[in-house]
Amino acid sequence: MPELPRVVITGVGLTSPNGDSLPAYRRNLLDGVSGVEAYEIRHVGETLAGVCHFDPLRHQKRKEVRRGTRAGSIAIWCARESLADAGLELAAIDRRRVGVYTGITEHGNVETENQIHEVAQYGFDLSFWSHHHNPRTVANNPAGEVTLNLGLSGPAYSLGGACAAGNLGLIHGTEQLQLGQVDVALAGGVSESIHTFGIFASFRAQGALARHTDPTRASRPFDRDRNGIVVSEGGCLFTLERLDDALARGARVYGEVRGYHVNSDGTDFVLPSASGQEHCIRGALKHAGLTPDRVDIVSTHATSTPSGDVAECQAIRGVFDGCETTFINNTKSYIGHAMGAAGALELAGNLPSFEDGLVHPTINLDHLDPECELRNLVHGEPLRPPQASDGEGIRTILNMSFGMLGINSAVVVQSPSN
Amino acid sequence: MTNEEIVIAIKDIIATIAPDEDLSGLELAPKLRDQIELDSMDFLDIVMELRKRYGVQVPEEDYMELATLQGCVDYLAPKLGDKQLVTA
Repeated sequence: MPELPRVVITGVGLTSPNGDSLPAYRRNLLDGVSGVEAYEIRHVGETLAGVCHFDPLRHQKRKEVRRGTRAGSIAIWCARESLADAGLELAAIDRRRVGVYTGITEHGNVETENQIHEVAQYGFDLSFWSHHHNPRTVANNPAGEVTLNLGLSGPAYSLGGACAAGNLGLIHGTEQLQLGQVDVALAGGVSESIHTFGIFASFRAQGALARHTDPTRASRPFDRDRNGIVVSEGGCLFTLERLDDALARGARVYGEVRGYHVNSDGTDFVLPSASGQEHCIRGALKHAGLTPDRVDIVSTHATSTPSGDVAECQAIRGVFDGCETTFINNTKSYIGHAMGAAGALELAGNLPSFEDGLVHPTINLDHLDPECELRNLVHGEPLRPPQASDGEGIRTILNMSFGMLGINSAVVVQSPSN
Repeated sequence: MTNEEIVIAIKDIIATIAPDEDLSGLELAPKLRDQIELDSMDFLDIVMELRKRYGVQVPEEDYMELATLQGCVDYLAPKLGDKQLVTA
């Protein structure tokens, strides 16, 4: 196989329940600040969710917000913030050579539920069904709204991969750059899922919707008393460029996408497989040409469900047992499960480790579930690992995202100093 | 509803559909699309709002009647005469 160009992250645009920029988000991850809050949605009633508080009118007209979708607004916010962070001026870019790749867990449920709610007010007379329904619900909606807002004319579409989708967006953007299809990729994931009652109702029916008297304590991966997922909205789009292009324009480089792997369990609609996940992790390390002990941070997917967290811990132990300087954390404990955005947001939260030398902790872990016992699980307080103190530094992050129907993804990102 | 109230009703619908537009100088005779930014999806929104707020059905062959504010008044007056003004 020919050697492919190296691809790097040069910009991060995000909105998360606990921060609308990477610095604010990172600060809250180091300070243990949750973004989960009380939330109410029709038919379900009072529940919990991770809610984003960015101002869409910073980048959209009111009419655009009205006509588009929440996922579209999230994607536009992330795309514009990412390009600005990368120092890329739209006027200086060939807009035909910019690709937009949005990972999504699902799309269209929100608008479909809204329309059914609407026509129900009129006795299900379908003349009240909106002509906006189709453009709002097509799977490429979030990416397409980005092109409309920014005047881009390159490829723009979504990658549907359940809760692994954030990683899929990043992987696909990397490949499109390597294949020369685009010169800049805006890639990651978005989610508007808190605006569909169906996702809450379905998780509740499955016995997998988190409950807690204190919303900020509800998402508690690895804890003995965890009881399910906190559904969140959010988004993160990375600006990706080929390394040579980034260096030529003097861009700041957050990290390099060194390897990845995607596979399927092929075993169950919802239950994860530790062996499938372990194969996925090993596949990503092989692709990156690394042994497990070279990984400094394992960013877990764990969603705070009883069975999911156990399976993932088995997979991690299978790969990293004996790796003394590999540290493990979890970001959903702060922001809940941002679905299609989760993988991208969780990687973004860890990227600053390359500079600040810290591993942000898992929070809300009061009583470790013995089945989730992991060597070097960082919890409670940020940790400066020995390699960060002795000059070696934090150099490699493994970011994992898994999803329903048994999809697994793992991405290896290395520091620009490599 | 009087003709003046029909103008208020249409402007109120447009204000909902095109919230970024300044409608204070909107004139009766020129085409709406020449005065503010409205596209075909917006016109469908106007038709939908008339249906929701007033129960008025505007068939596709009549859409052109709504091209100007005066056209809206002329076309809708017989249909809205016994309706009460509704604003968002």
